[in-house]
Amino acid sequence: MAAVNQTWADKRRQENRQLGLKLLWIVAASILFVFSLVPLYDLLCKVTGLNGKTDGVASLENARVDMSRMVNVEFTSSVMPGLGWNFYPKQPSIQVRPGQIETVLFVAKNITNQVVAGQAVPSVSPGKASSYFKKIECFCFERQELQPGETREMPLRFYVSPDMPDDVRVVTLSYAFYSAIEPAK
Amino acid sequence: MSYTTTAHHDAHEDHPSGIMRWLTTTNHKDIGTMYLIFALIMFMVGGSMIMLVRAELFQPGMQLVQPEFFNQLIGVHALIMIFMALMPAATGFANWMLPLQIGAPDMALPRLNNWGFWLLPPAAILLTLPYILALFGIGDGAIATGWTFYAPLSVQGGIGVDFAIFAVHLLGISSVMGSINVIVTIFNMRAPGMTLMKMPMFAWGWLITAFLLIATIPVLAGAVTMLLTDRHFGTHFFDAAGGGDPIMFQHLFWFFGHPEVYILLLPVWGFMPQILQTFARKPMYGYKVQVYSLWAIGALSVVVWAHHFFTVGMPVPALLYFMYSTMAISIPLAVLFYCWIATIWRGSMSFETPMLFAVGWIILFGIGGLTGLVLADVAADAQYHHTYFVVAHFHYTLFAGGIMGIMAGVYYWLPKMTGHMYNEKLGKLHFWLTAISFNLTFIPQFFLGLAGMPRRIPDYALQFSEFNMISSIAAFVLGAAQLLFVYNIISCARGGKKATDQVWEGAQGLEWTLPSPPPYHSFTEQPVVK
Repeated sequence: MAAVNQTWADKRRQENRQLGLKLLWIVAASILFVFSLVPLYDLLCKVTGLNGKTDGVASLENARVDMSRMVNVEFTSSVMPGLGWNFYPKQPSIQVRPGQIETVLFVAKNITNQVVAGQAVPSVSPGKASSYFKKIECFCFERQELQPGETREMPLRFYVSPDMPDDVRVVTLSYAFYSAIEPAK
Repeated sequence: MSYTTTAHHDAHEDHPSGIMRWLTTTNHKDIGTMYLIFALIMFMVGGSMIMLVRAELFQPGMQLVQPEFFNQLIGVHALIMIFMALMPAATGFANWMLPLQIGAPDMALPRLNNWGFWLLPPAAILLTLPYILALFGIGDGAIATGWTFYAPLSVQGGIGVDFAIFAVHLLGISSVMGSINVIVTIFNMRAPGMTLMKMPMFAWGWLITAFLLIATIPVLAGAVTMLLTDRHFGTHFFDAAGGGDPIMFQHLFWFFGHPEVYILLLPVWGFMPQILQTFARKPMYGYKVQVYSLWAIGALSVVVWAHHFFTVGMPVPALLYFMYSTMAISIPLAVLFYCWIATIWRGSMSFETPMLFAVGWIILFGIGGLTGLVLADVAADAQYHHTYFVVAHFHYTLFAGGIMGIMAGVYYWLPKMTGHMYNEKLGKLHFWLTAISFNLTFIPQFFLGLAGMPRRIPDYALQFSEFNMISSIAAFVLGAAQLLFVYNIISCARGGKKATDQVWEGAQGLEWTLPSPPPYHSFTEQPVVK
């Protein structure tokens, strides 16, 4: 009787161990899931325009100009803590025709006595306009390094795609300048 | 007397004594007791922190503490109450009662169980150590981001954030181990004849909680790990300058954070119908539909997370989806409420302390649920977001719905666990003081929130003075009332009127067939359920 009980208990212990180990697969899957969310989130933002993330360098092809409407493009800027710069757009807003290539200037001034590098991060609002906002040339494509006290006028060449839905009349482009992170060596 | 039933198991009784007994124990009752005592201690620690916060908020202006210290207090209060008071209390009940309720001799994986508990005290030390280090000039104190760790604040924070990250890792490992143990116990260790649909409701509540935990705790662990590498190893998961996104942190955090709410509440929803049926002397109403509702809520809880940050900016279709899916949770929850009310409807009710807490819990938790429905409305949430309305709402769900529910469970099972009756008069006094002062603390906060007082700020505008004063005074009463609770538990553990096996006249279930207190090894011969 005791022996029977013993084997029964052993079998039970083994079953418990096996089920416990199987449940660890859920934990593993869950960890895999959270790290896969990082690229998935980027993809989702790109598809939906969430957070106003814009595409990289745009090409110049099929730049037909839509003469039937005007879009008001507004510019805002901010400097994040840790970067000793002044940074502002030279013009608060401009009227553009979709498809027309425009150039605007932003001004950055290093007010510290050190060489400082910054990185601008753009965001477009409303989010659904972000994929139609095409940047041909932008100071945000690379990090900017300013000498102590140096002032620099930085150009942005862009156009608004004629395919943009016509209920969007105002597009706001916002730049946040961050203290640039040391590039990986 | 209880030892005579297990006399032939002398070998097993031969456990070490003193501190080694508790360090090395694999007995589910010992571990359950340790979980419950740990939860009670941390409940008082987290409570004293918020007493200091309410003292600072007693008047406008800064009186007692520095704003930085205030920020540390609120965040650590939340982390302690959630991870070290509510969750260990629920796990303590699971350890004590699950094996007794399903007729198992012990938890399925006893050594894992021991490890799961002993990770908690180091986590508690890690979380609070920065306070002490700051006294010696090391670092600038504990985590000051609130319990949500939002980036970029948490990326810039001091060493308190690192300590909290490692504390969360330990707590996460502990919860995952506890949950695996619960699932294996429920699936493999039930008495012959006890099918899943004959299980006590507490087992169902805990089973769903355990699945939610092992699915979502790794998400939190992953998110805080990314935070750690962002802080120290040059990654930019949440740093916009490096191509990351701080809003992604909010998504990751609340993907864990919303199910966490139900993780805290589902065990309570499990044992509460058992308490209600005991004191209404009527069978539980709608067992099956309650089980299905628990599953429905568990499933919905993982797909509604973004309602915690509607105002951060989202496309309209996403707002609509998260609003409607959040509101959909109220349907299975309403079903549960109807079942609880129907269980006591026309019963022969008597109002011992557990029943007082249970009935008070239905009403107060109901207020918590209804105010949640208000917050789920995207249009209204824009006004209520990050105000004291939110603070009042989640204290109705987590203090009334969680802690007061746990208190009902403590009074319900304390005679079974200790073998003595607690002091009934003191218990009732504790209930009334708690219920009244709780409402006086948090009803003013609803109004403060509606009037626009932001949460997590140590100072406030003059027009909020009166409500804050009422809230603070009531909070002090609420805090002091918990000393009665502690005293009642200690005196009950030390002695008192002997409890019978069944303890309560209407109590049903396997745990009430055992002596009070149950022998150290129970159900060595499995009971058969018909």
